[in-house]
This record gives sequence, C-alpha cells and structure tokens, in this order.
Amino acid sequence: MNKTVNQKAWLFVVPVVLLVAFNAIIPLMTVVNYSVQETFGDNTFFWAGVLWFEQVLNSERFHDSLMRQIIFTATILAIEVPLGVAIALTMPRKGVWVPVCLVLMALPLLIPWNVVGAMWNIFALPEIGLLGRMLNGIGFDYNFTRQPEDAWFTLILMDVWHWTSLVVLLSYAGLVSIPDAYYQAAKIDGAGGWAIFRHIQLPKMKRVLTIAILLRFMDSFMIYTEAVVLTGGGPGNSTTLLSIDLVKIALGQFDLGPAAAMSLIYFLIILLVSWVFYTLMMRNEQQ
Amino acid sequence: MGLSWMAWTWPTAAFFAFVFGSIAAMAVWEIRSPGGGPRHGILGLDTTRGDRLFITLLGSAYIFLAWLAFMGTPLWGPLVISLVYAFAVFRWV
Repeated sequence: MNKTVNQKAWLFVVPVVLLVAFNAIIPLMTVVNYSVQETFGDNTFFWAGVLWFEQVLNSERFHDSLMRQIIFTATILAIEVPLGVAIALTMPRKGVWVPVCLVLMALPLLIPWNVVGAMWNIFALPEIGLLGRMLNGIGFDYNFTRQPEDAWFTLILMDVWHWTSLVVLLSYAGLVSIPDAYYQAAKIDGAGGWAIFRHIQLPKMKRVLTIAILLRFMDSFMIYTEAVVLTGGGPGNSTTLLSIDLVKIALGQFDLGPAAAMSLIYFLIILLVSWVFYTLMMRNEQQ
Repeated sequence: MGLSWMAWTWPTAAFFAFVFGSIAAMAVWEIRSPGGGPRHGILGLDTTRGDRLFITLLGSAYIFLAWLAFMGTPLWGPLVISLVYAFAVFRWV
C-alpha cells in the first residue's frame, strides 16, 4: 500500500495532460460551445440551447447515415476478422518466407488513405479500370458511380483490401507467441486441426483479436478519406457515412451548430463502444 | 489572444466547471484515501472511483440524449434520473 501513498507520480503525468489538453480537450470544449449556439460567421453567436441535439436526434438524415455507418462497420468486421485470422493461420511460422509474408501484409497499411481511395477509384472505373472492365467483361452490369449496390461492394472491397492486413498481423503476433509445448500436448492427445484452433489458438489470440476488433471498429466508424475519394458519398446519398455527412453539414452547409451536436453524439457512440471493448479486454486479461 | 474563438457561454462554462470540479474532487479523495477504492460491483466489473465517475458521466450523457430524442425539453427529468443513476453507480457498481 506504500506505493500508492507516493504522490510524485502525478508530476510525470503533467506533460501528457498538457498535450491532450491542447490537441483534444480544448477543441472538444469548443465543439460543446458551438453545439448550443447558432452562428452566421464573423464570430457572432446566438444561444440555441439543446435545439440542435433535438433536431439531430430526430432527423431522418442522421438516422440514415448512422444506419449506413453501422451496416458498413458490421460488414467489414464480419469479413476482416475471420479472413484475417484465416490468413494468419496459413502464414509460415519459421523460415525465409516469414519476413516476405510480413512485408507483403504490411504494404497496404503503408499507403496513405487518400491514395487508397484514388487507386480504387481508378481500379474500379467501368470504362478504364481493371476491376470495372473485368466485371463488365464477364457479364456483370457493374458501375460504382451509378449503382448504389456496386458502390457499396467497391467500398467494402477497398476497406477489406486496405485493413485485413492489420488483423492478420495482430493475429499472427498472437499465434507465434503460443509455445510449442501446447501443440506437442495437443498432438499427444490426438487433437485435430479444428480442436487445436478452438482450444489453443483462438483462446491465445483472444486478447490481440479484441484489440484488432476495437481498432477496426473505431477506424471504420470514423472512415472518411478513402470513402470520400472513392464515391464522394454517392451515388445520391447511398454511401454517405456519418463522417461524410458531418463534413457536408459543417463545411458544405456551414451549419456549425448542428454539426457540433452531431459530432458530440458521434463521439459518445464511439466512446461507449470503445469503453465496452476496453472493459471486456481487461476482464479477459484478469481471467 | 482572447478566448472569443471558443464561443463560451455560461451554461457550457458551468458544465465544464462541474466536470473539472468532479475530477479535482476525485484527486482530493485519492490523496486523502489512496488506492482508488477498488471493488467488484454488481455488473461484475472491477471498478475504482475514477471508473465509477466515468461510467456516471457517460451514462448521464446517454440519459440526457435519450430523453431529448423521445421526450424533448425541459430537462429536469433526465437530471433527476442522472442523479439517481450517479448515486447507484457510486454505491453498487
């Protein structure tokens, strides 16, 4: 108990508190201030109370973009997590191919987000893009700039291409940390591939998988650059995810009050889900 | 440089004063009684006083938002619910 009585540790926290204050807390406080006011520019504000919150919470536009966001995040998680684990399981654990595989897997993660969007935009164009021409060539009526389903298909494919590697690398890190003794014991018991995966590999990967799901949830829930470069939220509003809608309201319409209220609701959703994941992660660790 | 760009209002200033005041009170509490008062609450979570404050603030934000979405203004109802919720969290969670 003596350790906790020593209060000097507070001093070491000061730099990070200052850093967070300037890059997160002060901007967040400004957003809270904006969310209860109306402005027409020129730094002039009028009190609006909780009107913007009421308006956003009851707006069909917000419900639609939130629903699109949830569908997008759920879909990419449902694809990227099992796919990432499956790829990690097939990767070599020893030998010269290990660094080759790791570098190949890391490549998509190194590409800037706007470049990923631009690459996929060109790749998927129905007239000149390799993917677009190929799909049309084999008989699909594919045009992601005109058909909402095609836009969704391309958006999800792009995200899976860009981010599955992260799940692969994290799962792989979990897999290589399993001592050989576990596999030897399983072999003696006559355990098959599925039993080894279910009772040894999956439990050992639980922690890294929770981190992977948390990171992918937060990132995909806040996706902006890749999606806006690829589809611009269209056709129509079909791929207008929460962040794209937020930017449209804040910068397109210059409705700073409603945009601030929407940002805070958006922030609270991410905060709640992240807290739930964090709590689950800590609980697993304690067990 | 002034603070006019932050567009301060009295209600938001009071809100932040309350939040920072709560954190300061937690710091004083921690100095007086170190260790964070850890316990295994009814939700099956191991929480300290700081966790309980976080759960209270986050939960209260959701109580206010839910009230605004379904009932609208005034906000005395969610204020009372949040106070009861805060008491429950600090007592049992």
